[in-house]
Amino acid sequence: MLRSLNINPDKCTGCLQCEMACSFENEGVFNPAKSRIKIFTFHDEGRFVPYTCTQCDEAWCLHACPVEAIRMNRETGAMEILDSVCVGCKVCTIACPFGTVNYNQTTGKVIKCDLCGGDPQCAQACPTEAITYVDADATGLEKMRAWASKTDNQAHAN
Amino acid sequence: MTYVIVGSGPAGVVAAETICKLDPNGQVVMVGDEPDPPYSRMAIPYLLINNIDEQGTYLRKDPEHFGNAIKHVHGVAESVDAEAKTLILADGRKLDYEALLVSTGSRPILPPVPGIDGERVTTCWTLEDARKITATLKPDASVVLIGAGFIGCIILEALVSSGANLTVVEMGDRMVPRMLDETSGGLLKKWCQEKGVNVMTSAQVESIDHHSDKAVVKISNDRHVEAELVISAAGVRANADFLEGTEIELKNGAVAVDRYMCSSVPGIYAAGDAACGLDFSTSDYSVQAIQPTAVEHGRVAAANMVRHGSVLHQGCINMNVLDTIGLVSVSYGQWQGVEGGDHAALLDRDRFRYINLQFDGDTLVGANTLGITQHIGILRGLIQGQFKLGKWKQRLMDNPMQLMEAYLAATQGA
Ligand SMILES: Cc1cc2nc3c(=O)[nH]c(=O)nc-3n(C[C@H](O)[C@H](O)[C@H](O)COP(=O)(O)OP(=O)(O)OC[C@H]3O[C@@H](n4cnc5c(N)ncnc54)[C@H](O)[C@@H]3O)c2cc1C
Ligand code: SF4
Repeated sequence: MLRSLNINPDKCTGCLQCEMACSFENEGVFNPAKSRIKIFTFHDEGRFVPYTCTQCDEAWCLHACPVEAIRMNRETGAMEILDSVCVGCKVCTIACPFGTVNYNQTTGKVIKCDLCGGDPQCAQACPTEAITYVDADATGLEKMRAWASKTDNQAHAN
Repeated sequence: MTYVIVGSGPAGVVAAETICKLDPNGQVVMVGDEPDPPYSRMAIPYLLINNIDEQGTYLRKDPEHFGNAIKHVHGVAESVDAEAKTLILADGRKLDYEALLVSTGSRPILPPVPGIDGERVTTCWTLEDARKITATLKPDASVVLIGAGFIGCIILEALVSSGANLTVVEMGDRMVPRMLDETSGGLLKKWCQEKGVNVMTSAQVESIDHHSDKAVVKISNDRHVEAELVISAAGVRANADFLEGTEIELKNGAVAVDRYMCSSVPGIYAAGDAACGLDFSTSDYSVQAIQPTAVEHGRVAAANMVRHGSVLHQGCINMNVLDTIGLVSVSYGQWQGVEGGDHAALLDRDRFRYINLQFDGDTLVGANTLGITQHIGILRGLIQGQFKLGKWKQRLMDNPMQLMEAYLAATQGA
């Protein structure tokens, strides 16, 4: 059974532990600016919303890549960037309608959440269970994906 | 069922693969006129600077990828006999089809300038072109680039990082006039000039005189530049000429298709740069000539070739991303704005950062950005999702950088 990140903004206190854990795991530094998961702050509403890639079925990034540098990890279901193949053209960053593929100017490649190979450090680090790693069926990610069905050509063609 | 696909670029390859999935018993023949395995033109700039080798440009890395399911034939399509349902190749071979896909892409057009057909002039379109350019391109080589459109600007980066002394000649009044507005196109010009590129806008190449060791490029207003290499990137045209004289209707030089990617002749479909397809933003039919559109066309066309009527094309959104010597620019949809719409912009001239949002009522319909790379795809999400932004429209008018927040509010009620 595939698992995925379940995000519950109501439980998020904005402590940024997830951003720290992510940047340390992936970039070797404690620097929220290099995190693949991002906390968005709604000052007026006093709300924090953790946000990252949902590893969506449409996989817009994967289909947009001109050189097969994005592949699906069959064990985790995550779309992973193959650094050795990526040319840094950034087409995936504009093709992903969730804005979860980002260009890293230092390496000249793109970065995105890869579920840490099946042990996501953000979920490990979250002290309030705002981020958990659970069976994919239970996540209710449909809400985030809902709009896709409206405009999607590829889902139907598959 | 027998499917024939003419042109093995991204549109053709994705169509072939989709057909195999949907109709595993189908016979798929893919005809291509280039000697190389299917590759991505988009990767050529990275080949020029040696970031990748030629294999790095291949669309599918596994040499066995196409296997027996997709027969890849080398040949040049010369005409179609729609009555007999055969594709005729230049060497006389005939291929019978039940469904035909025209995915022949486009090719660069050369400006009508004396000397344009000389030795030192090349386009930058194929692997063959790339080989020619790499052979001439040395540090301090003097290079003239004709055209600062999307393709011109993409190669510009590679030319500069190879150490060439570069002069760019653009007819329009700014760089990438069909992708960036005056502010961002003007800023991009300034950026290039500061990096040592000689950029001439509102300028035209008048002639190219060829000498034994160099070419002399004459430019409007009595200017001239000596060049070892001249690269022409002055617009493209669909490879649909071979269909002239058939009943297949053309529009803007490309195959006119409906929302099933079907041409005016049943059984004949088109995709990619060779197709004049539906634009999501304008609801009009146009040739976008970009990679993501080629791929999407390929999928939709394939589904309808297998079962006509199975997938209705929702229209492709025009989108571009450019990296020009480290400055990233992006455009989406109706960045020029729509009648009666509002727009919001934020400019930091010194840091070369800019964002321009275009609204129709309270939905986002287009955008340009400069110097912004984080979460940029959310612009597509907002535009293609056609979300009503409500109070977030005003918040974006006040601060256009709050895009992610607006998106989360619209989709998750955050
Ligand atoms: C240098 C460069 C950089 C680019 N960068 C970007 C970018 O960053 N982002 C982006 O979105 N787009 C980019 N593009 C554009 C993108 O490459 C095209 O939109 C895309 O290749 C279109 O795919 P296609 O399958 O329709 O056509 P093509 O890739 O052109 O493939 C068509 C194939 O059909 C063959 N063919 C043509 N006529 C015949 C015939 N009569 N018989 C048999 N075969 C035939 C052609 O030789 C070719 O192999 C770039 C293009 C170039 C040249
Ligand atoms: S930036 Fe890399 S991963 Fe993204 S589309 Fe380009 S080559 Fe593929």
